[in-house]
Amino acid sequence: MSGPDSGRGSREVLARVVREHAGRLAACLVSLLGDFSAAEDLVQDAVETALRRWPVEGVPDRPDAWLFTVARRRGLDVLRRETNYRAKLARLRWPEPGESDDRLRLIFTCCHPALSPEARIALTLRVVCGLSTAQIAAAFVVPETTVAQRLTRAKRKIAEAGIPYRIPAAEELPERLDAVLAVVYLLFNEGYLSSSGDRAEARDLADDAEWLAGLLAGLMPGEPEVAGLLALIRLHRARGAARFDSHGRLVPLAEQDRGLWDRAAIAEATALLIRTARTHRRPGPYQLQAAIVACHAEAAGFEHTDWAQILVLYDMLLAVAPSPVTRLHRAVALRYVKGPAAALAELTGLEGALSRYPLLHATRAELLRALGDTSQARLCDERALGLTANPAQQALLHQRLDLTRGEWP
Amino acid sequence: MFVETEEFAKRLEAMDESEREAAYEAVVRWFAENSSKITHHMRLAPAHTATTVRLGGGEPVVTDGPFVEGKEVVSGYAEVEVADLDEALKLARSWPACPIVEIRPAA
Repeated sequence: MSGPDSGRGSREVLARVVREHAGRLAACLVSLLGDFSAAEDLVQDAVETALRRWPVEGVPDRPDAWLFTVARRRGLDVLRRETNYRAKLARLRWPEPGESDDRLRLIFTCCHPALSPEARIALTLRVVCGLSTAQIAAAFVVPETTVAQRLTRAKRKIAEAGIPYRIPAAEELPERLDAVLAVVYLLFNEGYLSSSGDRAEARDLADDAEWLAGLLAGLMPGEPEVAGLLALIRLHRARGAARFDSHGRLVPLAEQDRGLWDRAAIAEATALLIRTARTHRRPGPYQLQAAIVACHAEAAGFEHTDWAQILVLYDMLLAVAPSPVTRLHRAVALRYVKGPAAALAELTGLEGALSRYPLLHATRAELLRALGDTSQARLCDERALGLTANPAQQALLHQRLDLTRGEWP
Repeated sequence: MFVETEEFAKRLEAMDESEREAAYEAVVRWFAENSSKITHHMRLAPAHTATTVRLGGGEPVVTDGPFVEGKEVVSGYAEVEVADLDEALKLARSWPACPIVEIRPAA
């Protein structure tokens, strides 16, 4: 046993240990019992016991066996009337022989398109990553009862609608994998976009997203988009330290202190991306987004950015996954290749689709400012400010508005 | 449950004889191809033939028309015997007629 500890460091260690083992145990118990909800309840119970006892007693030498023992004891207790389950559970020895990793099945069930997007995220965090309901609620800043209801409804839907516990057949796989990757990406964005400064208690969802992407990449080596997503997340996180200033404000890419970027992590993620591209030769949206981020990450300074290459990558991305948001980002790259007027002209076509999207207005403001139209730029920044609820984005916009106040007639 | 939309009804109406025949044939073929899984199916007469009875508030109230006036109307159903939702989804995806299919487990 390692000694008891306290504070944030040990909480992170606990979370990591639980995450390594809870999903495996859940996967095994779902297979064994054939009942997703019952299995999940047992694991959750064991996780909550661990989170209560490990900080006091220390993390056991074999956390997986510990969790299993607690889950089984609880199972034999609560499944009193389900003799069938009890018999199966009583026979199970840990570690399970065979060592096959069933967590992939678990992930596909949790991310089934028949579940609501919120439910997919909550279920994945809880069942695959081993988060408690309270931790999920804290991460999304919603009441615990809301998360609990979401989970209960999702588990009932799985049981009653007959959502299967298996890896989808080959013909369904592309679509179903997209749904899984979307959950991981959403999770990452949720963690990445929020400033971590004032939420020391909150779980780092970006860390869970990277872990999930890594797990998927290990389990699905034949899918280049999984590796692409992993590289994308790692490239973003490698620059995380430079994204916020000491006041918790977002620092724009051009002003970031690149000395804070983790060069080793950037090189490693870029190598993964290149290896994946060469092996599979099947570029997809995540690989292309990662390649764009890699272009930024590899530039020694903002002025060294290879915008022409980025523009090409955006064109490829738009060809495989057309979206107005991507066109907006492409317009930013275009500014540095063909100038702000050309970029501004591109935005005109996006007004309809993105009128409620704060970044459209913030980008327009920047372009107008570059063209010397300060008063219009101000109006656009104010429009963006009215549309965003993200505190870091709000702070950045306030700062810009303060800076231009002097020039305001 | 098969759900028809106004648009679909218009499209069906606009078809000429041979197009309509081809559309019906596609449906017949779908039922034939999946006959081993279909235990029962029924097509309902159009919504304008519907009569609704509302109970529970004193005297039952009988009204003309479907229980909810909308652009989307349940037009029929098929009861299928499948292992899980994915299998049901696969069947629904191959359905050649009206544009909405709702899947529900039998209680």
